[in-house]
Amino acid sequence: MRISDRIFGAVVILGSFIYVMAARGIAKPFFADPLGPQAFPIGVGIVAAICGLVMVFSPDEEPDWPEMRSFLSIVGSTILLIAYAYALKPMGFLVPTAIASAVISYQITPAPMRAVIYGLGISVGLFVLFKFALGLSLFAFPHDFFG
Amino acid sequence: MEILQNLQLGFSIALSPWTLMLAVAGCFIGTIVGALPGLGLSNGVAIMIPLTFSLSLDATSSLVLLTSIYYGAMYGGRISSILLNIPGDEPAMMTTLDGYPMAKAGRAADALVISGVASFVGALLATIGLAILAPALSRIAFEFGPSEYFALYLLAFCTLGGVASNNQAKAAFASCLGIGIAMVGLDPNSGTPRLTGGNLHLYDGVDFLVAIVGLFAVSEVFFFIESHGKSGTSNVKLGKVRVPWRDIFEVRWVMLRSSILGFICGVLPGAGASLGSFMIYVTEKGIAGEKGGFGTGVPKGVAAPEAGNNAAAGGALVPMLTLGVPGSGTTAVLLAVLVTLNITPGPMLFVEEKEVVWGLIASLLIANFVLLAMNVPMVKVFVKILEVPPAALMPAVTMISMVGIFSLTGSYFDLILVVAFGVLGYVLRKMDIPTVPVILGILLGRKMEKSLRDAMVLSDGSAWGLIYTRPSDPTNPSMIASGLLIAAVLGFVAPMFLRRILRKPQRVSD
Repeated sequence: MRISDRIFGAVVILGSFIYVMAARGIAKPFFADPLGPQAFPIGVGIVAAICGLVMVFSPDEEPDWPEMRSFLSIVGSTILLIAYAYALKPMGFLVPTAIASAVISYQITPAPMRAVIYGLGISVGLFVLFKFALGLSLFAFPHDFFG
Repeated sequence: MEILQNLQLGFSIALSPWTLMLAVAGCFIGTIVGALPGLGLSNGVAIMIPLTFSLSLDATSSLVLLTSIYYGAMYGGRISSILLNIPGDEPAMMTTLDGYPMAKAGRAADALVISGVASFVGALLATIGLAILAPALSRIAFEFGPSEYFALYLLAFCTLGGVASNNQAKAAFASCLGIGIAMVGLDPNSGTPRLTGGNLHLYDGVDFLVAIVGLFAVSEVFFFIESHGKSGTSNVKLGKVRVPWRDIFEVRWVMLRSSILGFICGVLPGAGASLGSFMIYVTEKGIAGEKGGFGTGVPKGVAAPEAGNNAAAGGALVPMLTLGVPGSGTTAVLLAVLVTLNITPGPMLFVEEKEVVWGLIASLLIANFVLLAMNVPMVKVFVKILEVPPAALMPAVTMISMVGIFSLTGSYFDLILVVAFGVLGYVLRKMDIPTVPVILGILLGRKMEKSLRDAMVLSDGSAWGLIYTRPSDPTNPSMIASGLLIAAVLGFVAPMFLRRILRKPQRVSD
């Protein structure tokens, strides 16, 4: 079948097309050099599209994609890390870091007790390391928690 | 004699207690980073960068720290190759082929010592080579104009895939992806925003560190989640560590040959340590012939790739320091550090920042001896560290990476980009698309474009500007630029044919 490479190649071609269109839309400055700001990105887009074509017409062996459960774990971790990015500022360092590391630990080896211990350990350990050894300005807890 | 004076200057910097301490600390951290599977080389250096900045080290100190980590990781990679049959980092791949069979035959300690000594020989010779070759090359680099630089960048991208990747189209796509991402942001020549989609966060472009942490560290976590950390328990017992003098004596020429070949592979842009150790292993296997028993656990098969990849690591510093063109993912990270510290690598570095360059070279010489001491008598310490379960290690790596980026930029948008690059890295690696060209593309894309545009300005828009430094004088083409362009084309085409001849040796399975 070798479908993965064909699909990926098609996505690459489509992406390159959009990229080239966007590059064509770059505003031309009044005093441009001979090449201008558009030419190089357009060239890169065209080369990428050629690579996409090669992938469509001479695909490699199928990679072994993860089974459904692993796939869901990866999607879950992605969402978790995005949530972590948003939570870090308003919620302080300790709580989001403990939760995020415990969940990732659990997903690598499903041992709940150990995951919680690792989570707490990583969170506190890194806080001490970052805050006191390296002097980063981190807040342990939310600002308005303790005033 | 000039070199001795310079080295003297270097040692006066490197032997200060503070620098010395950083070198030792770097060697220690580096060996751990290299030894732990899943904490790759570039990855380890990348997550150390934010920490380096928060320690507010000066240029020499941070370079010494990071390059010691770099050298240390090259030493450390072999530990898990030999004991676990998992390369600690990519260049240590070839060490599994004979290292693990040796360990299974009850000679784990011997394999570790032989490879440690081989690493030392390779790295030491390469550092000496660096001290000799880099100043010479930097003198040639003064001749480089925009067209030469453009040809050099092109050569680097064309050869990146090399025989190590399986598909030239995929390697080329990876470069395009990186260069394409580098275009996002304000156009350096005219100040017009490009491809930002109106997002103000993107006006500064995509930070290189964000990409590297995502592509290497976060995507690695995804791989561990997929495999549920199954890999990684050792069933090899490490006996008493003695020095097998006879084996070391037996492999002396192998170490010497491999170091020289490895150094050359390291210097060539795009070749790097992984390709170097691969070529060396194949070469030594050929020299030893059928009777050599390569692949069954012979000392030569352990010494050759280790001397080679450590020599390549030193060699890779040559183009990075003299031309500003890194040949591997890790030297790309080091280049990013230099740029962030407001030091522009290139020929001027050897004139204007003598303290930085020679302090670095002297520190590397010292680091080698420190590493030899750490990796031969103290190897048991690192073997213990291998027992850290991935379920504790990987979350910590993720969090260090995320917080490191956050402390550097203070923006949640960058954290989200890190995660996005993590997903991208996972998909790319699944599809067998190399990620190092993406990194190099992001780092060098703008410089490549700028050199092309400057060359076009000089030639008034004529394509001949690519090979004529002074287009008004068409009888005088730039030999360097034309040579590099031809090498770029050959470097891209040749692997397609070579790949059929050079087959990768398969790893032994239990």
